[in-house]
Amino acid sequence: MSEAALDRVACTPEAAAWIRRLRAAHGELMFHQSGGCCDGSSPMCYPQGGFRLGARDVKLGDVEGCPYYIGGHQWERWKHTTLLLDVVPGRGGGFSLEAPEGVRFIVRSDVCAP
Amino acid sequence: MIYAAPNTEGSKVHYKERYANYIGGEWVPPVRGQYFENLSPVTGRPFCAIPRSTSEDIEKALDAAHAAKDGWGRTPPAERAAVLQRVADAMQANLEVLAVSETWDNGKPIRETLAADLPLAIDHFRYFASVLRAEEGSMAELDPQTVAYHVKEPLGVVAQIIPWNFPLLMAAWKLAPALAAGNCVVMKPAEQTPATILLFAEIVGHLLPKGVLNIVNGFGVEAGKPLAESPRVAKVAFTGETTTGRLIMQYASENLIPVTLELGGKSPNVFFADVMDKDDAFRSKALEGFAMFALNQGEVCTCPSRALIERSIYEPFLDLAVARTRGTEPGNPLDTATKLGAQASNDQLEKILSYIDIGKKEGAKLRTGGERVRLPGDLAGGYYVAPTVFEGHNKMRIFQEEIFGPVVSVTSFDGYDDAIAIANDSLYGLGAGVWTRSVHTAYRAARAIQAGRVWTNCYHLYPAHASFGGYKQSGIGRETHKMMLAHYQQTKNILVSYDENPMGFF
Repeated sequence: MSEAALDRVACTPEAAAWIRRLRAAHGELMFHQSGGCCDGSSPMCYPQGGFRLGARDVKLGDVEGCPYYIGGHQWERWKHTTLLLDVVPGRGGGFSLEAPEGVRFIVRSDVCAP
Repeated sequence: MIYAAPNTEGSKVHYKERYANYIGGEWVPPVRGQYFENLSPVTGRPFCAIPRSTSEDIEKALDAAHAAKDGWGRTPPAERAAVLQRVADAMQANLEVLAVSETWDNGKPIRETLAADLPLAIDHFRYFASVLRAEEGSMAELDPQTVAYHVKEPLGVVAQIIPWNFPLLMAAWKLAPALAAGNCVVMKPAEQTPATILLFAEIVGHLLPKGVLNIVNGFGVEAGKPLAESPRVAKVAFTGETTTGRLIMQYASENLIPVTLELGGKSPNVFFADVMDKDDAFRSKALEGFAMFALNQGEVCTCPSRALIERSIYEPFLDLAVARTRGTEPGNPLDTATKLGAQASNDQLEKILSYIDIGKKEGAKLRTGGERVRLPGDLAGGYYVAPTVFEGHNKMRIFQEEIFGPVVSVTSFDGYDDAIAIANDSLYGLGAGVWTRSVHTAYRAARAIQAGRVWTNCYHLYPAHASFGGYKQSGIGRETHKMMLAHYQQTKNILVSYDENPMGFF
């Protein structure tokens, strides 16, 4: 796992507020960017250590003090973009912590130099 | 024809205000007494309350499944097959009820649930009832006195976590082989689409011995996670996305149990130049194959979301293809004339719009669509997106990530080798399409593309008896084929000596 934060992810004030609320309920948190179908292409929020990082996961930065990771293969195909973590009303999503609250984290993206 | 909305006069479907979990053949309220409002994506409004279950409810379901597993595992194949056939019969008799409910819960058009979701789900039970009868073990004579018998045995109690895009059909894909192989199931449906499977349990539950099928609704983190983590399950089957797929494998590694995973794709649909040789039925079929990206609002793991068109026909083919797509505007999902319904949830809608946004920022050219559609009246709060065609190149995010919406990303290729290189330049390998008049090109391309299913001169057919599953990051295991039985079975080897004499070693 790469610990060198790339500073490629930020969050909206609304997402930051939800992170603080979830941290109060569940303790320290982490994010992992998912790919693939259904709830994929979306961020997953877990208790810190709830997802075991692999050797090829890449840390994109911190959002409201929580590390944000992505699989290395996926990052190779995303690295010309920056991510903005946001939150919308929603219904479920993998094992992500915010789902029972009726909201869902999503990412918005922008293009940057790779 | 427009079907009446559920819970209104004349509708085929009247939901209860509140549902319970289906455990041990009974309707059991969630232990903590918590529920969540289930929204219809057709209107964006709630229509029933669903248990917000927790680990206590999962344990109850596991208790019921364990109590039932020995009896069901020993039930003769003819009897198990008869039960599956009766399940299929009951679904057939209630086809419209289940189809209307599925449309209301998921947002997909009623013509799809009537013509595809339900008939395919029903056939799945019939298929596994049939292959189960033809299953047999083997014997091998290793020498004149020594024989190896191989016998198939059920795993016992298995966990199944179901996605929201084809809620009942995906449940049938997992349930039919598991039950056929003699297992008991604890199923966690998707929280976005929990309702139709409960009507299914009301309709078929009495046909199964108590505890063979258990359905526990709730959120992934509160109900799915304790199920996937449980040391009391012998296998986990999951359809979803890569991070949760990895998480489920992490849990399975702690329990040393097998998993099957279906994790999505970014399927290439490859159109070789000869499709345009004639203006005939086949050309029309190929254009229909292009427009298949809009099937089920693009919420299909095998959505043909990358169209690769040979350069020499690129413009004329794409012009025709975009014109074909324009006939597919979203409408009332309960109208049998509607081809494109609602996206399954608000967050799904937002995600699709965020991908349309990054597509534009990356410089992709929008040919049609690209926006949310507001339908009038009761449908104003529903989640509708115009079918969207982008032109760009394969390194763009919209070519690399599954958008799970009615969005296709189109690019051109120069010759066969370039087509295969682009098609395989993906993390995923679930589905693919190949369109050509040449049998030589068709076979070569189908073999060269790294995907578990290559539709050749067709797309989006999902018959039982054709295997379905992923290469690369698209998952592990195969569904919709009798080989799936092996994913739900142990192999017992009984090694017998018919020699009365000692070996003479000791």
